[in-house]
Amino acid sequence: MADPITVSSGIRRYKGQWQEAQVAHLLRRTMFGAKRADADYFLKKSPKKAVRELVNAEYPLPGPPVNNYNDDKYTDPEILAGADWTVSQKYDGMNNGRRRNSFKSWWLGLMIGQERSLREKMVLFWHNHFVTETNTVDNALFCYQYNSLLRQHALGNFKELVRAVSTEPAMLRYLNGYANTKKAPDENYGRELQELFTVGKGPGSHYTESDVKAAARVLTGYTINYKTFTSSFDHNRHDEGDKQFSVFYDNRLIRGLKGAAAAFEIDQLLDMIFSCEEVSHFICRKLYRFFVYHSIDEETEHNVIRPLAALFRKKDYDIRPILEELLTSRHFFDPANYGSMIKSPVDFTVGLCREFNVAFPDAGQYADLYGFWEQVRNQAAGLQQNIGDPPNVAGWQAYYQEPEYDKLWISSDTLPKRNQFTDKMVGGGLGRNGKKVVIDPVAFAAGVPGVEDPDRLIAGSVKALYSVELAPEELQFIKTNILLSGLVGMASDHYWTNAWLAYREKPEDKAARDTVTNKLKALYRHLMDLPEYQLM
Amino acid sequence: MKRRDFFRSTIPILTMPVFLPSLVHGMSFRAWASSPLLRAAAKGMGEGRVLVLIQLNGGNDGLNTVIPLEYYDAYRAARTNIAIPEDKILRLQGFDKTGLHPAMPEMQQLFAAGKLAILQGVSYPQPNFSHFRATDAGQILPTGWAGRYLDEEYPQFPRNYPNPEMPDPLAIQVGSLVSPALQGPSLTMGMAISNPNSFYDLINDKSEPAGQSRAGDQLAYIREMAVKTDQYAGVIKSAAQKVTRQSDCYPPPGKNPLADQLKIVARLVAGGLKTRFYLVSMGGFDTHARQVETADTTTGAHAKLLARLSEAINAFQDDLTGLQVGDRVMGMTFSEFGRRIQSNASGGTDHGAAAPVFIFGDKVKANIIGQNPVWPDKLTVNDNLAMQYDFRAIYSTMLEKWFQTDESATASVLFKPYPILPFIV
Repeated sequence: MADPITVSSGIRRYKGQWQEAQVAHLLRRTMFGAKRADADYFLKKSPKKAVRELVNAEYPLPGPPVNNYNDDKYTDPEILAGADWTVSQKYDGMNNGRRRNSFKSWWLGLMIGQERSLREKMVLFWHNHFVTETNTVDNALFCYQYNSLLRQHALGNFKELVRAVSTEPAMLRYLNGYANTKKAPDENYGRELQELFTVGKGPGSHYTESDVKAAARVLTGYTINYKTFTSSFDHNRHDEGDKQFSVFYDNRLIRGLKGAAAAFEIDQLLDMIFSCEEVSHFICRKLYRFFVYHSIDEETEHNVIRPLAALFRKKDYDIRPILEELLTSRHFFDPANYGSMIKSPVDFTVGLCREFNVAFPDAGQYADLYGFWEQVRNQAAGLQQNIGDPPNVAGWQAYYQEPEYDKLWISSDTLPKRNQFTDKMVGGGLGRNGKKVVIDPVAFAAGVPGVEDPDRLIAGSVKALYSVELAPEELQFIKTNILLSGLVGMASDHYWTNAWLAYREKPEDKAARDTVTNKLKALYRHLMDLPEYQLM
Repeated sequence: MKRRDFFRSTIPILTMPVFLPSLVHGMSFRAWASSPLLRAAAKGMGEGRVLVLIQLNGGNDGLNTVIPLEYYDAYRAARTNIAIPEDKILRLQGFDKTGLHPAMPEMQQLFAAGKLAILQGVSYPQPNFSHFRATDAGQILPTGWAGRYLDEEYPQFPRNYPNPEMPDPLAIQVGSLVSPALQGPSLTMGMAISNPNSFYDLINDKSEPAGQSRAGDQLAYIREMAVKTDQYAGVIKSAAQKVTRQSDCYPPPGKNPLADQLKIVARLVAGGLKTRFYLVSMGGFDTHARQVETADTTTGAHAKLLARLSEAINAFQDDLTGLQVGDRVMGMTFSEFGRRIQSNASGGTDHGAAAPVFIFGDKVKANIIGQNPVWPDKLTVNDNLAMQYDFRAIYSTMLEKWFQTDESATASVLFKPYPILPFIV
């Protein structure tokens, strides 16, 4: 698929307009959905300050998931309902699956309740990069620990993150590092470390099969302790021989170490890998695809990727500087990039909840709260993005598969499901124990400037929900056919105006409220059914 | 994870026949209620029979549409500034007490040909004069009822359609994307063709152009996928393609939006769709001011609307005859309410209550059902025409006499039995 338009602007700092469209673009790409309160907040800052805050703001790490999972068949004898289960040392057939679900819902909840920070989006990025699957890792605590590790390092140093991930129980389990011994080397992690996590498979990557074998030998000896739920290094299982690497790594020889010191061989391995410029190219391309656009042509490679990669190396692989550089660039804010991405299922579902400020139960009602988070999570899973369980070690196809990339999110199965989800959220909403999680269209509309004027209501809603503009005919069509029930002509505008003013006069009047609610439901249902709502 | 299998495609394309709302070429394939009424209609004995509902948006001024010649002086006195001169009123064959607005000669002929029935004073109890409320209340359209039932009857979105017995949409709406009359708490089977051009784009394989841009490229892809997704796009297209010639009575495209919509309906009916209900609509009936030209009250905004209505229905009837499906199609007009008896000072009329309904088709018993409206001598601006027939009596009749459902089914759909009206042969 040819790139329809080349964006030639480069990495130089953006100094253009700073209005709703720019702020919304930044927020949709760096958070989940552009929530009105966030947009208003950042509108008062400069692009530079806004990005700096998103990238650098330090928020405390979130509290752990709790026992939301007692049910008819099971009551946790150890962890009280509503209490932190990650302190438990007992994982069995009854609690493990429930806790895994609890963990996944908790994570979804963190996305919905995210701070004004890039952190949660980066957790998803790293999850898709350093894939583990909860189904394979199996132990709920490992899954939680791994996720916490990604969050802790989300905006830290990439090299340190690779180091930490490499010996984390979840990863040892997922890519068989725990079974990688001198007697029976398992190349799985040694391969993915290079192919998927660092140097990649791009044109500048030429590591060999013997490099895979050599790396695997460096990585022998790590084990998982299921009593303490930590990993450890057993030098008796470590291959003490020397490891020879190929010309791609400058024929580097890693001397075999003995005893406890052998645990440091991995640092030599990572130093060697990170001495390849290709690491910086690979990661910068992946970040670009995640934050800007799926296709990287020569111009973008030259104007954006290369300078960004150089900065990445200069900053010793610190993540913040390059994100700040990319997100404040003219390239990022080039209008050609607005709406150029198809929302991932998580962006779609979580973004909807955030953009409409959908209310969830209080933390005190943890069972319902987790239950609703689970429902949203299942919606995203139905749309082919099941957080915690990407389809395989390469992550979701939409993030890497040429030439379709994010178009892969949209299929004859998922597109109707997307429409069904938005219809549901505007209509009956999600239900649980008599409680509802549903869009309040009146509250949303009330925040649109000039809501009583049908033209401004529609234009303002489109602006808040879309990254692209709608043609005037389309806006007119929406007004006459949806908001004004087919009444034609300007003469009818006052029907909406009167209806809105009547509601505002007496918000407690059911009939007045129903009238505007029905109109607004039809309006937002339609706006979210249009293909434009799939873009961000 | 032993095997690395990420080169295999992992996006499953489910082939399960799920119909869901989507948007193709601006055609909204909208969920309509698989409601008790629709099911009753589908199960009825009236095989192949179709009901076409024509919605006159805004509240048609019934008193200037079907004019009480019998009480002409009172009529004229109540609305001096907009009254139609007595000698211009079109006479109805065999009924000298009632006439039609002069803009509707085709309707006059249809009546003479035995294909038009007029029901006087149709409304519903406690009418509401707000456009929004009147239509929202779901009182007017049978599907409005359906929507309210649906949530209880089908709390889970029903997924058993389309199926071999009913491969087609149960109901099709042309001309308006989402009629509020159809907005139940939940909507299922059915579709809406938002504008006639999009219909022709679909059957001619034309797609909406998306701009040459990154976002445009993505949009084009999503639209393309929407076409592939939609299971009804295929049946619509193939039905439409079976019809290659239609009546010459239709005005050129774009001149009369209602005629454009009805032309599509005729084509789909003749093309063999099993769809039972079609909803078409025209707007502009909200004539608060200057509904007539002062110099000649037979002309003006309302006259133009009625002329279009008359022209469109006539062309549609002619088309149905030519396509040899006239005997299984019945049509009716309705509006959210009528207008006041008295005109206002701006040469228009304000929201009112009861109004006449036209019912047309080969199987219609040409007749005027009900009396010319009467009103007190001392008329005030707030006086309204009284209801003679409840809308639901029409639906009840359509169900039992047209779709031939049994009485109990009809009563369960409409809450209680309603009298059967004599407008079907």
